[in-house]
Amino acid sequence: MKKGVMRPGHVQLRVLDIDAAVRHYADLMGLIEMDRDDQGRVYLKAWTEVDKFSVVLRPDDEPGMDFMGFKVVDDATLTQLGKDLQAWGCAVEDIPAEELKGCGRRLRFQAPSGHFFELYADKEYTGKWGVSNVNPEAWPRDLGGMRAVRFDHCLLYGDELAATYDLFVNVLGFHLAEQVLDDNGDRIAQFLTVSMKEHDIAFIMHPEKGKFHHASFYLDSWEQVLRAADLISMTDTSIDIGPTRHGLTHGQTIYFFDPSGNRNEVFCGGDYYYPDHKPVTWMAKDLGKAIFYHDRQLNERFLSVLT
Amino acid sequence: MTDTFEMIELVKGLHFSCSREQSLLKAMELAGKRCIPVGCRGGGCGLCKVQVVSGEFSCGPMSKKHVDEQSRRCGQVLACRVYPLTDLTFEYRPAAELASTQQQV
Repeated sequence: MKKGVMRPGHVQLRVLDIDAAVRHYADLMGLIEMDRDDQGRVYLKAWTEVDKFSVVLRPDDEPGMDFMGFKVVDDATLTQLGKDLQAWGCAVEDIPAEELKGCGRRLRFQAPSGHFFELYADKEYTGKWGVSNVNPEAWPRDLGGMRAVRFDHCLLYGDELAATYDLFVNVLGFHLAEQVLDDNGDRIAQFLTVSMKEHDIAFIMHPEKGKFHHASFYLDSWEQVLRAADLISMTDTSIDIGPTRHGLTHGQTIYFFDPSGNRNEVFCGGDYYYPDHKPVTWMAKDLGKAIFYHDRQLNERFLSVLT
Repeated sequence: MTDTFEMIELVKGLHFSCSREQSLLKAMELAGKRCIPVGCRGGGCGLCKVQVVSGEFSCGPMSKKHVDEQSRRCGQVLACRVYPLTDLTFEYRPAAELASTQQQV
């Protein structure tokens, strides 16, 4: 049921070397640097995104994800969702407007999986980068690297998936698009959406709370995924696996790492979701094919390499 | 002074060479040897943690979650961030094995 959560809005990642990170996310992936702040954070966005930023890089000595933010439809909805989260049992922290430059007030909470999330209603509308809002050209000609289209979703590892499902579905209005069930019928992976996408956020069961698996960015075509793979080789960037296809969501993908070891994905295609769709189920015994549809076996890194 | 050094992994007895510009892990991958698991290659995931037994090296940035100051001083470092200054000997043991060893101590 719709609760007013609209879409993924931003992710803040910790990086060991901010200059190397900016080269990775801007020069290689094609994000655009939009701002910096006095905490040393760098704000970036993909060119089709209408708000000021979607990726924030923060220098730190331990890589990983600080939080992921979702945009809600308006401020009244934000207030209501804050109450709903507290009624459910979440502590909610008020983050004042402009703590992130150009972003309105945010409500931060910790999911049972251990990850921090935020809701916000307002962010500076800068429009798509490099094209006009009137008679726009197809794309800006001066994009770099992979020319990432948008920040799309995150995959996170943690425990208490059932409680996390309850929070996202019953409080925030997400839908279960795909799942992985073990032999006992317990859900060990949940792909959740608030849109027509197959996932806006995904969780995989893991004994340690709050781990980051990857932040994913959308590309237009399989050819663009192959071109991304070429750029990964040209720049000697640390590759994980691909180009290949996922069974889950059927997206075409490549995984690689930023210079601090945070995993990134660029992908294209994949299935779509409407609220009358029943969840797609993959069985844990077929997890290899569910994750890597062509190889049909997991690489060791998929389950063990996290930040 | 030579630019290429001899790396010796003591548990499996594998040898490979590594230049001062290469990380220990990268040199192992290029040599086609398998004695350290390869994770993120960026100092973040901690999978390639080794114990350097002898030799001098410099280090790139590593997650403090996996390598704190004491570990670093003891030569327990991430192979993806180790750049040799001399020949090195080192050991890789899986994390589970390390934990049981520490319990015995």
